[in-house]
Amino acid sequence: MAIDFLAVGPEIALAVTALVVLAADLSLRGDAKQLVNPLAAVGTLVALLLVARLWGEERTTFGGTFVVDTFALTFKALFLVVLLAVLGISWRFFAEGRYFQGEYYFLLVTAFIGMLLMPSARDLLVLFVALETVSVPAFVMVGLRKRDLYSSEAALKFFLIGVLSVALMLLGMSFVYGFTGATGLDAVAGAIGGLVAADTVEPLLLAAVLLVVVGFGFKISAVPFHFWAPDTYAGAPMPVTAMLAVASKAAGFAGLAIVSFIAFQPLAGVWAPILGAVAVITMTVGNLGALQQRDLIRLLAFSSVAQAGYILLPFGVARGGTGALDVAVNTAAFRSVLLYLVAYAVMNIGAFGVAIGVSRRTGLRAIGDYAGLGARSPLLAGAMTVFLLSLGGAPLTVGLWAKFAILEALTVDVTTFGLVLAGALVINSVIAFFYYLKVIRLMWMVEPAADAPALQPGFNLSVVVAGLAAVTLLLGVLPGLVTDTTSVVTFAAVR
Amino acid sequence: MDPNTAGWVLIAALALPLVGAALMLLLPKDDEVRIKRFAVLVTGVAFALVAAMTAAFDYGRSGELQFVTDVAWIDAINARFHLGIDGISLPLFFLSYLLPLLSAIYTTKHLPEPGKPKAFLGLMLLLQTGMAGTFVAFDLILFFIFFELVLVPMFFMIGMWGGPRRDYASVKFFLYTLFGSIFMLVSFLAVYFQSGLRSWDIVELSNASMIGSTTFQTWAFLGMFLGFAIKVPMWPFHTWLPDAHTEAPTVGSVLLAGVLLKIGTYGFIRIALPILPGGAERFAPVIGVLAVIGIIYGSLCCLAQTDIKRLIAFSSVGHMGFVMLGIAAMNEAGIQAALFGNIAHGVITGMLFFLAGSLHERYHTRDMHVIGGGMLMKIPRYGVLLTYVAVASLGLPGLAGFWGEFGAMWAAISPGFGLADRYGGLYLALVVFAAIGTVLTAGYFLWMLQRVNLGRPTEKWAGAELDDVLRIEWVAWTPLLVLVLALGVFPRLVFGVQDAAVSVLLRTMGG
Repeated sequence: MAIDFLAVGPEIALAVTALVVLAADLSLRGDAKQLVNPLAAVGTLVALLLVARLWGEERTTFGGTFVVDTFALTFKALFLVVLLAVLGISWRFFAEGRYFQGEYYFLLVTAFIGMLLMPSARDLLVLFVALETVSVPAFVMVGLRKRDLYSSEAALKFFLIGVLSVALMLLGMSFVYGFTGATGLDAVAGAIGGLVAADTVEPLLLAAVLLVVVGFGFKISAVPFHFWAPDTYAGAPMPVTAMLAVASKAAGFAGLAIVSFIAFQPLAGVWAPILGAVAVITMTVGNLGALQQRDLIRLLAFSSVAQAGYILLPFGVARGGTGALDVAVNTAAFRSVLLYLVAYAVMNIGAFGVAIGVSRRTGLRAIGDYAGLGARSPLLAGAMTVFLLSLGGAPLTVGLWAKFAILEALTVDVTTFGLVLAGALVINSVIAFFYYLKVIRLMWMVEPAADAPALQPGFNLSVVVAGLAAVTLLLGVLPGLVTDTTSVVTFAAVR
Repeated sequence: MDPNTAGWVLIAALALPLVGAALMLLLPKDDEVRIKRFAVLVTGVAFALVAAMTAAFDYGRSGELQFVTDVAWIDAINARFHLGIDGISLPLFFLSYLLPLLSAIYTTKHLPEPGKPKAFLGLMLLLQTGMAGTFVAFDLILFFIFFELVLVPMFFMIGMWGGPRRDYASVKFFLYTLFGSIFMLVSFLAVYFQSGLRSWDIVELSNASMIGSTTFQTWAFLGMFLGFAIKVPMWPFHTWLPDAHTEAPTVGSVLLAGVLLKIGTYGFIRIALPILPGGAERFAPVIGVLAVIGIIYGSLCCLAQTDIKRLIAFSSVGHMGFVMLGIAAMNEAGIQAALFGNIAHGVITGMLFFLAGSLHERYHTRDMHVIGGGMLMKIPRYGVLLTYVAVASLGLPGLAGFWGEFGAMWAAISPGFGLADRYGGLYLALVVFAAIGTVLTAGYFLWMLQRVNLGRPTEKWAGAELDDVLRIEWVAWTPLLVLVLALGVFPRLVFGVQDAAVSVLLRTMGG
């Protein structure tokens, strides 16, 4: 079996980078250790170039378990850009915190290898390996501040819930294999389709399907697997939080989309309503939780739980059939998830970036500390305003189009369930704006405290934050830059 | 400027305030005089452009779209960048360039606390693009963008320069409007998919034959109704308005009353009625009843107010009730009256808010008890202006306020679309109650005039030095004062422009 090395090029580039980073950290001394950050960035750029080289191609390797297509490449490009942004906001944070820089960057890059694998995986086992490659380094990264009790608590909580959900998922996968005799996603879909056609679907198979979904539910912090999120986000080093809240979650969604829309598509009639209900509960719990917060990171944590609920909504209208309308609904749902993830990555990393900038050398992280930020640092406050408005879905930001795409997916075929989901989205958007506006109001409309320390966000971070704000606005005016690229991602191409 | 080809005019008019706001960022923060002058310059140039466009407008074909731009925008969802202007849009578009200019002039003298003219005027310019855009957008998505764009600058205007309860008022304004507008978006999407045209084009969708079943139309109309009715605002969705107006700075109130509220009624006339005539027909009696409740309720609330600005805010609820009554009549006279009432309310109430703002500058209170009468003796010119605009607002024949109210009631006697057969009695009752509302309106305005204008100045103010109308205020107000009289004497100024466009609109509704 010949291996198409170009197809796995980006993953190989990142793997090499990870090893180089680890070796460099061992051989460098003192301040020179900072250099591992630019090294990792160079490796990421190489991987990004390989993605660009592969763009537009369709390749399959490892006996059909690894596929490169527009869908996978879009996600890979997204992950790599996110990695660059995370590296940008990590530099000062880790260099000044005297944390374990080499380990951190090694773990970070390793986790991203798993993410790159995820959208290409077309086999349950490869999916599992990808998921674990994302999770295991993340467990360690969360606990990187070894002497900090909060960090350790966060890591432990994250680890226990993570392991439990992975165990459930493996159990589900083994059942699925037992019923279908296959681990390849297409083969699984074919076998399940046969069972559905013969009307011999056993309850245990349905349970197995749901168990697999549970594993991803943990990664995307959907209710009731969201308990770890606020504590872990608050306890972890902030750049790690940004990575978890954005990249790791996007990887979870990529995996969930592949499993549900390919392998389990014939059973959509069973899992779609459940995921729809979970989505509604998730966003409601996230938003109501966010209303109560006094710590900005926790607010963003709950807000990202709510955002996960929004992204999960389109799964609720997925169809099991293969008619023209069914395909249209599934395609719209699929694309809206993709667009929302791109938008979410931009605006959420930006928001975390601002939070890191504010807390650098000052340790400020309470919402009250943001009072008068507009007067103290117009750049950070302006960027934060853009990100929060975008997370809420205000016009001229990319967040509006993301919400729009979801509403569009829900109304492609007007059904009562779809309208209920849309109504839940509407009400939740309004609740969400309440706490986003609270922060915006504090930043601009309240005088800063007299003894507020000066902010020093640092050059790197300022550039990343300003760039992300510009992208948020640019895509807000011209969403076509993303939608036109991803419109080639048809549901059929994924099959 | 050829109305058939010069699509750039609308784009330039919309872009000018944005460019102006961006350029203003470059001015030094401390040079307040130059910032204020620059804002007057930007709004002045934009107004001149729109005035020139108004002159070039082909009034013989006011039923057709002119100055059209129609290019692809977001291919993935078939959204187009479609701008145009017809007889219905023109007066409102004109107003959204006149009022910001006057506001900018007014701000050169009266800048609300805590200063920061750069941010204040920048937000005003952003607001201007948003509100002007809604009147010329002929793509539902584009319309929605402009509709939403208005929220952010207004939120900051109220929240940063507002009165003591500004936090509460600004958030309430934002959330209320947002809530309605997303339901509106859901309806837009449902229409998009149900029509089978895969088009967001307002003209195309209006011309389409009945979209979906009557049940579909009713539900879709409900979504749009929520969006627009909150914006108007109609009773019982009005509660954000008195708070927003009371707390907003003068300029914010002027623009809110003068233009922003019109977006709601305009949306009903331009989008909800022609695209969903079936739903509109079923909703019309509901709209009529809510409108008349608004008229009576607004008037009664006015009678209970002591804060002049809050009184004017509640009077808006009543006046917009008349506009909605005209829409509920669903006939040509009703739509005409609604659109006229829109313009008249924008001019008159905008002017009233200017006056209330200047009153506050002088007395540092808006409480009628504290002011305590005698304004005609103390500051006679100001007192005369207040009287003039107040009687215009209560609907005195010969001034602008009359035609909208009278026309709406007249139209509601014989509503269109077969409503007369089914709900004839109801509509007659509505007209009777609306007429009672006009009496109440006259009551509270005259009562207000009696309390602040007549009598002798109280001891507190007798010796105080109060400026009468300042020169800059004359400059800012004269256009509106002239319009109040001109629209009253020559209602054809607006009716004539709208006439053909309203006929076309009703034809697309199949009535």
